[in-house]
Amino acid sequence: MDAIILQILNGLDKGSAYALIALGLTLIFGTLGVVNFAHGALFMIGAFCAVTLSKIFNLSYEVIDESQTDFLGNPLKVKTPYVESWFGPELGGAIIDWAVPLAILFSIPIMIAIGFIMERGLIKHFYKRPHADQILVTFGLAIVLQEIIKYFYGANPIPTPAPEALTGSFDFGAFLGFQANAVIYPYWRLVYFAFAAVIIGGVFAFLQFTTFGMVVRAGMADRETVGLLGINIDRRFTIMFGIAAAVAGLAGVMYAPINSPNYHMGMDFLVLSFVVVVVGGMGSLPGAVLAGFLLGILESFASMNEIKSIFPGIDQIIIYLVAIIILLTRPRGLMGRKGVMED
Amino acid sequence: MFGLDKKDTTLLIIVAALTLAAPFLLNPFPTDSAMAQFNAGYPDLMQRFVIFGIFAIGFNILFGLTGYLSFGHAAFLGVGSYSAVWMFKLLSMNVLPAILLSVVVAGVFALLIGFVSLRRSGIYFSILTLAFAQMSFNLAYSVLTPITNGETGLQLTLDDPRVLGSSSTADGSIPVTNLFGAEMRATYEMVVGPWNFQFNTGYYLSAILMLLSFYLAIRIFRSPFGMMLRAVKSNQTRMNYTGLNSRPYTLAAFVISGMYAGLAGGLMASMDPLAGAERMQWTASGEVVLMTILGGAGTLIGPVLGAGFIKYFENIFSKINEGILHSWFSFMPDGLEDTLIALVYPFIGKGWHLTLGILFMLVVIFLPGGLVEGGQRIGRLFRRKKSGQETDKSTQSTPAE
Amino acid sequence: MSKSNLTRRGLLKTSAVAGAGIALPTIFTASSAAAYTNEPTGSSVTLGFNVPQTGPYADEGADELRAYELAVEHLNGGGDGGMMNTFSSKALDGSGIMGKKVEFVTGDTQTKSDAARASAKSMIEKDGAIMITGGSSSGVAIAVQGLCQEAGVIFMAGLTHSNDTTGKDKKANGFRHFFNAYMSGAALAPVLEKLYGSDRKAYHLTADYTWGWTQEESIVASTEALGWETVNTVKTPLAATDFSSYIAPVLNSGADVLVLNHYGGNMVNSLTNAVQFGLREKQVNGKNFEIVVPLYSRLMAKGAGENVKGIHGSTNWHWSLQDDASKAFVKSFGEKYGFPPSQAAHTVYCQTLLYADACQRAGTFNPCGVAEALEGFEFDGLGNGKTLYRAEDHQCFKDVLVVRGKENPTSEFDLLEVVEVTPAAQVTYEPDHPMFAGGNLGTCNPGA
Repeated sequence: MDAIILQILNGLDKGSAYALIALGLTLIFGTLGVVNFAHGALFMIGAFCAVTLSKIFNLSYEVIDESQTDFLGNPLKVKTPYVESWFGPELGGAIIDWAVPLAILFSIPIMIAIGFIMERGLIKHFYKRPHADQILVTFGLAIVLQEIIKYFYGANPIPTPAPEALTGSFDFGAFLGFQANAVIYPYWRLVYFAFAAVIIGGVFAFLQFTTFGMVVRAGMADRETVGLLGINIDRRFTIMFGIAAAVAGLAGVMYAPINSPNYHMGMDFLVLSFVVVVVGGMGSLPGAVLAGFLLGILESFASMNEIKSIFPGIDQIIIYLVAIIILLTRPRGLMGRKGVMED
Repeated sequence: MFGLDKKDTTLLIIVAALTLAAPFLLNPFPTDSAMAQFNAGYPDLMQRFVIFGIFAIGFNILFGLTGYLSFGHAAFLGVGSYSAVWMFKLLSMNVLPAILLSVVVAGVFALLIGFVSLRRSGIYFSILTLAFAQMSFNLAYSVLTPITNGETGLQLTLDDPRVLGSSSTADGSIPVTNLFGAEMRATYEMVVGPWNFQFNTGYYLSAILMLLSFYLAIRIFRSPFGMMLRAVKSNQTRMNYTGLNSRPYTLAAFVISGMYAGLAGGLMASMDPLAGAERMQWTASGEVVLMTILGGAGTLIGPVLGAGFIKYFENIFSKINEGILHSWFSFMPDGLEDTLIALVYPFIGKGWHLTLGILFMLVVIFLPGGLVEGGQRIGRLFRRKKSGQETDKSTQSTPAE
Repeated sequence: MSKSNLTRRGLLKTSAVAGAGIALPTIFTASSAAAYTNEPTGSSVTLGFNVPQTGPYADEGADELRAYELAVEHLNGGGDGGMMNTFSSKALDGSGIMGKKVEFVTGDTQTKSDAARASAKSMIEKDGAIMITGGSSSGVAIAVQGLCQEAGVIFMAGLTHSNDTTGKDKKANGFRHFFNAYMSGAALAPVLEKLYGSDRKAYHLTADYTWGWTQEESIVASTEALGWETVNTVKTPLAATDFSSYIAPVLNSGADVLVLNHYGGNMVNSLTNAVQFGLREKQVNGKNFEIVVPLYSRLMAKGAGENVKGIHGSTNWHWSLQDDASKAFVKSFGEKYGFPPSQAAHTVYCQTLLYADACQRAGTFNPCGVAEALEGFEFDGLGNGKTLYRAEDHQCFKDVLVVRGKENPTSEFDLLEVVEVTPAAQVTYEPDHPMFAGGNLGTCNPGA
């Protein structure tokens, strides 16, 4: 029982990342009709926003300390971050400690700006081109973005820890009345799940309850008619692209403490999130979220020893196996509409 | 000639001439010049050009004609390689049975995957093929290690049985792949002044098979079968309404292109008897998609050009290092030299992915028809210059972006 | 740009002139007179450095390239000579190899067997490389080693830790300086016993491919010999990025030690996840829960940040070693690049010197001659103490370091501290040890 609760938690956690990326992909696909292979790269850039902010906070001046030596035997240069010297070690230390949550604020404008530039500068010219061209150009863009990050940050992962207050783990067992210490779960992963839930809820509420969202939804359903009504749908779509980029970026920022970011983390998620989108049904937002959580949970269960001992290697293929079964039994994914991306 | 019309015959002859003369054409720079870095006329790369050419031609038969975008074609290449290497391990080092087996096995594999995947179309088809290929890759890398040798790749060893050949040669090494005695790795070097041209048996075998595949592709493109496939691409629904079942046609195209991939895989293993699981990874499938679209999907020669373009980049640009840059720019004053090197450095050597990414984007943005369209535009430019005042409006309008 | 570039440029200029001088105006001659593949005929000799420049191990590859350039500089008489001064064999004199200037070409393995072989082939076929070296994964090393055997050139392996490289996939033309999984187990076990006692229950998470398996096998064997119990061994997919669903079952498995048979990005993530789940604060069976990472790499450990503190593992070499050779190497590397070298840099530097020295001693570049000079070669002064290049399997036998993540690092490089230097005798095994059986060196192949 403990094991199952733990794996459900793990699944929800992985699912949150899948769902957030798939949500952004679907927003872009549903509104603009563009298959964006650079979406994984946006997720990665989000994570590097957190890295960058923590690097900025750690910008230091050097003081030569004669009492210690560095690896060459020269006097050691001791680094003190500027932030600490300006705000004092206590507040300064706290600012550095909270770099990742602070990066949320830092990343939103950056990600929206990147989204705008991408849409206006590149994607706009590809609305009427075949999907294959869109895939190719965004794939090229993804490579370029990822190589730029690699040029500045190197290929190895960069540790980006969560604030100290959130690094421990929560004892679910005691909370639910089981044996203590049997089901413990890291705070940050719980935060990630809650954060994902808020973002997903926010996007749905925005589309459901604002006029802007209503127009966008109308545009998703029938772009031409909305255009004929004299509504500038293009401008709204640009904004939607910015929002989708921000969602991917935020997913990345919050993911940084879970696994140290590296330049190819976007590609690792890209194929998976496409599978998620398609299993959910192309163009369906609830489908993307549902499929994200579903695949996350199934993946977690497949990695349990009990299951692996019956089907060796099942954790290697579970996602793809599920995708095949769902697509063969439900032709358009879980919640897909007819006629989307079938030509 | 060969049952082709005049235009296609010319194309085939040009391709044949270019392929057979490749050892000369790809080595334009003298061996000792600074530009020798850009020479591509060494056996391994020439083999890769034609082998990936075969792979891309095959992929184009499916994608270019029917519009079905398979994202898992590398799986067939991988399966072909594995079967060829197993043939070398168990039967003999002759490449003929190995290549035949790899084509057959890849064909059977394609039949199974195609039968399931072709029940869906559009992106759902793409994801199904991707899923099958990724499953093959993941399993080959881990659970299927007894068959595939996992991460290390399937290699020949001294104690393989090789029932029709010998386990090891007289001097105790592993025998080499051959075609009835003609060793694949045998290379004749011709030194002409400062030039050094290499003629490799393996390359010519691959080249001849590539020309045969190319010829077959032309015949398929021009046949009633090819017309049927194009009809699938333009409007499958209408085709179905006319009472025609398009599935057997698409499945046939899928199997044919899978067999092409198997041939490419078998040839790769024949040139270099190793089969690694990475050959089946989604990035490898993506590569053939890129090759085809980059060269010009649906055109005959495009995929071959695309394959050459990408392989050239991978093998030539990745090898330029800082030292070579210094030797190129050494004639300049020091300050200027260092600035130039600092500017160029991010794009070469370890940065070759960046350059490739940028070039992809440029080609896709400005040449929607791929490299073939680029060639056509240049061709038109020359023709227009020749004909002088005669301006043709239709050629002036650039294709819609 | 640093001064070293100037010297290198000068070097390239001279070698280009020299190269032009030997370009013979022969017409239509097949060159089959060479005694072995790529016999150097001019005044220079070309080595091929095949390292990952793209992909997840690009940083390791970059550090290897730096060490190669340094080694070439020292061989050609530049710089301060580094470990050439401390090396026990004095055959090298800074005039290149056998009087021929050392040049090099570089390639990108992409950490893929296919790409690595393509790149090695291009160096052999196009650039005339006489020796190939590098790599930072066992899959690539074994693939390239096989290729070099067929092509008739020497392969000096870089970072490769799998038992198979000098076990079932060993080749007469291939040589490994780096240690292997068996040695990790043999070196770690006594330290683990001292620290954690002989009554422990271990849980293994293992990367699901050949290297992971050999490492798991070695560690299980050596810890069970101490009296430890192996509770479970679980394979994780190579592509896994989030290990939470593999870590979670450890909590209630009754195990009190977690062994992470992971490397690179897998290691960073699995260790980070394990610490997130609070494993290190746990008490099981009345003992502190412990995590062990059998193969450490400082470059990668950096990615795990704080999480490596107090975690034990083994490594081939570390810059904080205080012997003369290590100090000399750290000094010349550090002064040139501004930071200390990694174990990858150290091992490839050694391999380059060892190859050059073997050529010099053999008096030929012929792979068979070089191999003979390396086989059974005993040396010292390359940072690992007395070392033997064993003839039977072309594996180096030398001291292995047991290290621990440092609690109070003084700089960003100061991540690991050496806990114990396990003497070579303790990690030596018989050539026909079951973990290494099944291979056959074959005979050396000079090609041509």
